[in-house]
Amino acid sequence: MLFENIKENFPILDQQINGKNLVYLDSAATTQKPNEVIDSLNGYYKEKNSNIHRGVHTLSQKATKDYEKAREIITRFIGAISSKEIIFVRGATEAINLIANSYVKPLLNENDEIIISQMEHHANIVPWQMVCEEKNAKLKIIPINDNGELIIKKIDELINERTKFISLNHVSNSLGTINPIREIIEMAHQNNIKIMIDGAQAVQHLEIDMKELDADFYCFSGHKIYAPTGIGVLYGKKELLRKMPPYQGGGDMIKSVTFEKTIYNDIPNKFEAGTPNISGAIALGKAIEYINRIGISNITKHEDDLLNYATSKLKENSKVRIIGEAKQKAAVISFIIEGIHPHDIGTIMDSQGIAIRAGHHCTQPIMDFYNIPATARASFAIYNTKEDVDKLVEAIEKCIKVFA
Amino acid sequence: MNDWDDLYLEVILDHNKNPRNNHELKEHTHHADGHNPLCGDRVSINILMDNDIVKEVSFTGSGCAISTASASILTETIKNKKRNEIEKLFKDFHDLVTNEKEVEKKLGKLAIFEGVKKYPARVKCATLSWHALMAALEGEKKTTTE
Repeated sequence: MLFENIKENFPILDQQINGKNLVYLDSAATTQKPNEVIDSLNGYYKEKNSNIHRGVHTLSQKATKDYEKAREIITRFIGAISSKEIIFVRGATEAINLIANSYVKPLLNENDEIIISQMEHHANIVPWQMVCEEKNAKLKIIPINDNGELIIKKIDELINERTKFISLNHVSNSLGTINPIREIIEMAHQNNIKIMIDGAQAVQHLEIDMKELDADFYCFSGHKIYAPTGIGVLYGKKELLRKMPPYQGGGDMIKSVTFEKTIYNDIPNKFEAGTPNISGAIALGKAIEYINRIGISNITKHEDDLLNYATSKLKENSKVRIIGEAKQKAAVISFIIEGIHPHDIGTIMDSQGIAIRAGHHCTQPIMDFYNIPATARASFAIYNTKEDVDKLVEAIEKCIKVFA
Repeated sequence: MNDWDDLYLEVILDHNKNPRNNHELKEHTHHADGHNPLCGDRVSINILMDNDIVKEVSFTGSGCAISTASASILTETIKNKKRNEIEKLFKDFHDLVTNEKEVEKKLGKLAIFEGVKKYPARVKCATLSWHALMAALEGEKKTTTE
């Protein structure tokens, strides 16, 4: 069985926490890294470290080649047309800030509108609030229903001639909802509106293809897809990226500089000012090769099995309430236990060696919607097993016993 | 013996389930709202001071077991105490849960929170109501644990 021995690829999982074998159920916050990603980082600094795109010496050429090879791997992974459409950023947060500032801000006039949804991560709320404030524009919110699904028919009502941009998450980090983004992208385009998709919680679970989705912009963070922190990807359609002004100025993003005039580099370099996270980008390429070998459709199936198993187990307990019961879900389960604060659940779990997240998950508007202060969240990845779910269920029973 | 017994002592669990002085205080001279932005916990403290002595004290809000029990025990502890005694208690309590130095003074019931120092993520839960209390005494309306 493909997933049986996968934990062995992740050295961090082979340890005890508070005297118990670690059960890591916080992959929506960050995934653990397989050996080949760790080895890639190590190998880069031991053998290839140098600056890219400028050295004539051999090390620089090696580093440049690996860095650009990673861009090619990502291009194929997300089905982009060209590697020029792949911009390395620090993470999804930086990608959204880049688009907010370089694409959307110049388009905005007073009273214009940007549409986001009730289920966004703060990273897909605050950058839009900032540009709206600066330009006296307005933020409009697609509401959700009690299951944690977008109310699609409300989008039509929100779109009008003042709508300048839409930004939505593909998968909700706290509810697990998979949004019907293909349909929404089509709605946006029928109204001549450009749209960005925050895929930070999607690319590690689902097969995606930019040509098929037709999103104008798409982004994700490396560390949520088995790669290091501090590296992420912004995808943008070539024709849009070419028209945009740079986000930051500096080295590597220019063709020539005089005090009178600077000529910017072509994409993607125009958006990669300064020395980038070279080792991170190369390791992200390795992480994606690792995923490709397992097969993203196998990963989706494995995680769906875990989600279904965990959901049915949690539902057996009348004191547990699952927050977010969308029909289409990724392997994320937010839950609350009657009479027990999520922080106390988190501490009891930790004492059992189980790592879950407790809090508002950077989605306070969702917590307000459900009128709860926080949830406990278990999120699953390729290395999780049904035994992990059993341990979670056992620990939930312990929580109930302590606080009964 | 459970793995969490050093934190969730019986007294703490009892105060979480049946918090004392957990209501509004219509007649009060000092009030402050405490907020832990990290987890969303909120605790408000109301005090009626008379001649530099706490005559009445109550709390409202919602939080985890540690923050609820801490607020509950705080209200029991500071009643009929002078302002400077409370300031000293806060300092000692803070040292107790952060383990910055050994606390020699007897802290009475507050000593049950000593287990918190083994759980650094929970220190702010234990001190939230105390931060609100100090803000109230200083005439501030709001405080956060940040």
